[in-house]
Amino acid sequence: MSVAEARITRLAVERSTRGEQIRELAFRAALLFSLGFGFLALAVLLIDVLLDGASLISYDFLTKFPSQIFPERSGISSALQGTLYLMVLTAVFIVPVGLATAVYLEEYADRDRWWNRLIEVNIQNLAAVPSIVYGILGLTFIVRGALDLGAVLLAGSLTLGLLVLPVVIVVAREAIRAVPSSIREGSLALGATHWQTIWKQTLPGALPGIATGVILALSRAIGETAPLILVGAIAFVPFNPDPNPAEGQYSAIPITILSSVSNPDSDVQALASGAIIVLMAILLVMNGGAVYLRNRYEQKW
Amino acid sequence: MTAASPTTARPAPALKRRRSTRSAGETAIKILLATAAVVSVVTTTGIVIALLRDTIKFFGEVGIGEYLFGTEWAPLAGGGQQSFGVVPLVYDTLYLTAVGLLLAVPLGLGSAIYLSEYASARARRLLKPAVEVLAGIPTIVFGFFALTFVGPELLKGVLKVDVGTFSALSAGLVLGILVLPTIATVADDALSAVPVSLREGAFGLGASRMQVSLRVVFPAALSGIVAALVLGASRAIGETVIILVAGGAVANLTGDPREPMQSMAAFIAQTAQADISTQGTEYLTIFAVGTTLFVITLLLNLISIRFVRKYRQVYE
Repeated sequence: MSVAEARITRLAVERSTRGEQIRELAFRAALLFSLGFGFLALAVLLIDVLLDGASLISYDFLTKFPSQIFPERSGISSALQGTLYLMVLTAVFIVPVGLATAVYLEEYADRDRWWNRLIEVNIQNLAAVPSIVYGILGLTFIVRGALDLGAVLLAGSLTLGLLVLPVVIVVAREAIRAVPSSIREGSLALGATHWQTIWKQTLPGALPGIATGVILALSRAIGETAPLILVGAIAFVPFNPDPNPAEGQYSAIPITILSSVSNPDSDVQALASGAIIVLMAILLVMNGGAVYLRNRYEQKW
Repeated sequence: MTAASPTTARPAPALKRRRSTRSAGETAIKILLATAAVVSVVTTTGIVIALLRDTIKFFGEVGIGEYLFGTEWAPLAGGGQQSFGVVPLVYDTLYLTAVGLLLAVPLGLGSAIYLSEYASARARRLLKPAVEVLAGIPTIVFGFFALTFVGPELLKGVLKVDVGTFSALSAGLVLGILVLPTIATVADDALSAVPVSLREGAFGLGASRMQVSLRVVFPAALSGIVAALVLGASRAIGETVIILVAGGAVANLTGDPREPMQSMAAFIAQTAQADISTQGTEYLTIFAVGTTLFVITLLLNLISIRFVRKYRQVYE
């Protein structure tokens, strides 16, 4: 090979590497842009909501009832209490049922049996059913039909509970699976029964993960709007929810937001941003709690 | 343990009794737990019955052909002008989903590749939960965002697109922001599951990071990525509130994204909000449309489960 030829080859190599470098840089920039876009959207959304609604937040806003005649003096007391009450009742329903299902599937179910596989596939599918369809379920069998509860808070909680049950089950199963089998074997070898092993060893070890899952499920539940429309939560309720969850009308923050956002009156529309701030603040506290639990109590085996 | 001395053929009776009460308790617990697991099966059965019962009633009043192939959707119209052709509603649902995916697929996959192939372990530990925060925002908040910001401020104000209060474009774009984190996290899981040895092999042959990402890791994770896309599509198709708030209240058979559109789920919510008799055909449309929506999302989910299983099989 002559010297000239060698130089040409070297130039070609250099050029291709330079082209490659530029392409590599452009690709990296495009990826960063994609990732940044989500965060940008989130930031714009938060700023938009805060600009519209921050001035509304006051003690009165949280404790007064909605008023259609004086929207500027309206509050979200009934919706806020409705949402908190819904959350408590949903938790009462999903914690035992979700946990029991997770324990059954992880610790008892024989995967060779068709009914156990059916339960698993079924839960996977339920997680993907649109929330509005759960509303139809709640309307047909909980508000009317079999349970016939009427459009009350208990009916709303049960519907939301069924909706988020798959979330609890999936997360609780992962937490249980993460407890190493040597812990179980040790317990069984000392003469503990299967259930004693689960109750005293496996579940305590899985608790931080399970608690995180329950919080995530509840934060999804209180942000849901669509099913509550169908099971009859109402936007303007001028009284706090009845202590008996099977009695009386109720409201919830997402329903309040929905009804105010669509209102042509700008005073009423402003209520929506105030209610969004309250809802997001509740979610922030819950998610912060979940992260704290995970970091503080997570076990390293 | 039961091995008694060779002279006694049977195990000690006391020991035996104690064991059987213990195992009776154990069995009771197992049955109790299994009952809880059955709740999910009952839920599915309940959904199917709730949907089918009134859908069958609906088809007693409206022909199946008219419903499936009719191109005019006006079930709430008065004065004998009612029409029950579901085509516009399904078309709008798919159109809105397509607008959303057009935004969410490139950005979601880009985010996933960055998280899995470019970000340092430390950055990834911070960034991934941050992406998940976006997934935790209630859809009603996104609806508010679409109606009060994306439509009037961004599209009309900044980009000078001629949209009205309600438009397929603003609802669809925000739908894309909604499913972006779903696509990003599921695709990231799929990319991260590709064994490091494949990457090392490609780097060893002199490939750049971009080539490794696009020509080695991406194809190897393809079935998981398809699952992520199907899951994203399925979420967009089933979404109610964003479209209810920002999409408009008419099912339009149009190709213009600036026009209002209504999805199946939004129609159900709107009809449930409306003050209508629970006896009429109008009311039964809730269930017929619900069944249509349920069947579509179920099919998509089955496809996605199949793809996930496929990509898991390869490297475990």
